[in-house]
Amino acid sequence: MRKSAKSLLALALAGAMVLSTAACGSSSTTSETTEAPAAESAEAGKVLNIWCWNDEFQSRFNDYYPGVKEVAEDKSTTTLEDGTTVKWTINPNENNNYQNKLDEALLGQADAAADDKIDIFLIEADYALKYVNSDYTMNVADLGLTEEDMAGQYQYTKDIVTDDNGAIKGTTWQATPGLFAYRRSIAKDVLGTDDPEKVQEALSDWDKFNDVAEQAHEKGYKMLSGYDDSYRTFSNNVSAPWVEGTTVKVDENIMNWVEQTKEFTDNGYNNKSSLWDDQWAADQGPKGKVFGFFYSTWGINFTLLGNSLETPEDEGGKAEVGNGIFGDYAVCEGPQSYYWGGTWICAATGTDNADLVKDVMYQLTCNADIDKQITLDTQDYTNNMQAMEEIAADPDFGSDFLGGQNHVALFAEAAKKIDMSNAGAYDQGCNEKFQAAFKDYFDGNISIDDAKANFETAIKETYPELTEVVWPD
Amino acid sequence: MKGSTKRKSVSYAKWGYIFILPFFAAFLIFQMIPLASTIYYSFFEYYRSGLNIIGPNFVGLENYKALLGSDFTKYMGNTLILWIIGFLPQIFFSLLLAAWFTDLRLKIRGKQFFKVVIYMPNLIMASAFSMLFFALFSDNGPVNAFLISAGLIDKPFRFLSTVVGARGLVGLMNFLMWFGNTTILLMAAIMGINPALFEAAELDGCNHTQIFFKITLPNIRPILVYVLITSMIGGLQMFDVPQILTNGKGTPNRTVTTIIMFLNNHLYSKNYGMAGSISVILFIICAVLCIGVYFSLNGDDSKPKKKKKKAARAAKA
Repeated sequence: MRKSAKSLLALALAGAMVLSTAACGSSSTTSETTEAPAAESAEAGKVLNIWCWNDEFQSRFNDYYPGVKEVAEDKSTTTLEDGTTVKWTINPNENNNYQNKLDEALLGQADAAADDKIDIFLIEADYALKYVNSDYTMNVADLGLTEEDMAGQYQYTKDIVTDDNGAIKGTTWQATPGLFAYRRSIAKDVLGTDDPEKVQEALSDWDKFNDVAEQAHEKGYKMLSGYDDSYRTFSNNVSAPWVEGTTVKVDENIMNWVEQTKEFTDNGYNNKSSLWDDQWAADQGPKGKVFGFFYSTWGINFTLLGNSLETPEDEGGKAEVGNGIFGDYAVCEGPQSYYWGGTWICAATGTDNADLVKDVMYQLTCNADIDKQITLDTQDYTNNMQAMEEIAADPDFGSDFLGGQNHVALFAEAAKKIDMSNAGAYDQGCNEKFQAAFKDYFDGNISIDDAKANFETAIKETYPELTEVVWPD
Repeated sequence: MKGSTKRKSVSYAKWGYIFILPFFAAFLIFQMIPLASTIYYSFFEYYRSGLNIIGPNFVGLENYKALLGSDFTKYMGNTLILWIIGFLPQIFFSLLLAAWFTDLRLKIRGKQFFKVVIYMPNLIMASAFSMLFFALFSDNGPVNAFLISAGLIDKPFRFLSTVVGARGLVGLMNFLMWFGNTTILLMAAIMGINPALFEAAELDGCNHTQIFFKITLPNIRPILVYVLITSMIGGLQMFDVPQILTNGKGTPNRTVTTIIMFLNNHLYSKNYGMAGSISVILFIICAVLCIGVYFSLNGDDSKPKKKKKKAARAAKA
């Protein structure tokens, strides 16, 4: 008897401890997530939860959404004029972190309290279909965003977020056509001209591109910085999606990238860097000897501009001619049209602020005036054909960073040619694993067959449902 | 009357149970249950495809078959190699330093200072240390800049793109991080030896080498076994250093992919089935190696029970 009493006591104590730890855990997390809005939500009954991975959309929203009343000092919340509190949840992208956290939150969406439910989350093109083809995103038509509202947007930005049944599940304020950004001084030395039209003529297809690479090499320059620079240009021009059923089909054009990159590496036409590493960033700066970089809209005015400066802006440098190689870049269309990146706004199923979500989508992605202003202020390329054409035709518009060139005109041309029909839900994993597997081959560590085998291993680890990989002949 | 006699015979033992209860409760919730569910799910097909949860469907030993058919042995080999190239210099220098620092005749000055300095790398978080090495040894990092300006090489040596470079750096980091810790453990062990033994050996005319091999080593064997076992368990679970140094890729040619990195690859799709089966196999390997080391080095120890428990507990952690 005593024994059972003892064990009962033990159980009760254990239970009490579990409960107390659980209570501690949940109270601390909820206090963290609903800290600011908790008081207000009781009155206004409205909290708009937005999930994203960096502050790009946050700053666009705070600067351009008409209903913004004030922004909290630490930027964690934004108050709207109707009393709604916008709560920002920002999880960095690295190592799939953003998606992991988002997935957990979405899976628990149904059980979350109304003010904790995600209302808006952002997605990128590489994995858009994962969310678009799920029940966790809402058809924008159900929110009240009509086809006429979105008529001014580029078709490809709608294609990416169209699900299997033809419903549009998201919308974006930016279009991200890619261009080839080259150094004017190096182009003059190699080709004798820095005029974008003449440079484009010299780079209009891959054969010519390779010839210029050879000429650049003879003059002591590198054509590209690293292995992955031209990857998107090839991977966007494939003939079929990465995956069909449970079979990965490697496209011939991807293998063309392998062939070209291996040739470039063996001939010394590139600097063996990888995207986003130190070498790659340094190659874009004053000491770089690289002819050019494949970059899309956001990359030119943010990444490339930042890297080109001798004294970075946060160290007191100014984005102006004379600081590093500011003004020495120009853009041309390059050998093939492509796009890279882009951010879409999705409405989460179960949102309690459907009208507000619709208005945010409408104002930021369909309102031509706002879109035009964003481009004029930030030189970001926005998703409104008419507004962009207006800027493209404006002879007074030019980017100081690009030596006065009107890059919007080129983007406007390139954006029309983007074909998104081959995007798939597995793009992110396939692209990442493919680049990683073939890096060893370019480095000369392994044979091409080993690289293929490594890709097969990696992709099956990443996506257990995929069963085989087919290579082109 | 009866009640009062009962009160006199109150057993205080129950307080013992109550005081150790928090540990067992925490152990049950945070270790036992996850351990059991890991083993349980290793027999299931259970992952996420996008946002859809597949399974759990019972598949018997399919996960284990798939695992042994894959490159599991290769990653096991990688892990052991990475551990050994870090452990050999670590144990060598630790023994050497411990012997020097405890030698009364050497009279080394500033012992305390050196003890602090060699322990320092262990205070840095492994991931931060790894980031530091990643930056130092990158293709255009300071190490290459130094080697070029010193005229030793004429173009950057790509450390992280060669097998020797990448594995060597992982070994070097593990060595730097752990030799101080081991040195201090071994010093404690050596100082626990009866000084009379050393004096007797000296009077009998032993030189330093003889004292080290005939007196010191045999007497610190239990601690050596402990160091070896904990280091081996740590080595088998090596993750953060190679993961961050190679940006999660285990390159070149997956030669720096350790078992836990392999496990981590399966978590991209939340593949609990496969990840579970890797954990179970790793658990078995850890247990077998620990028992093997324990019996081969400690077979004639008089009180084996305590050590065994320690090893088993460490293996679970």
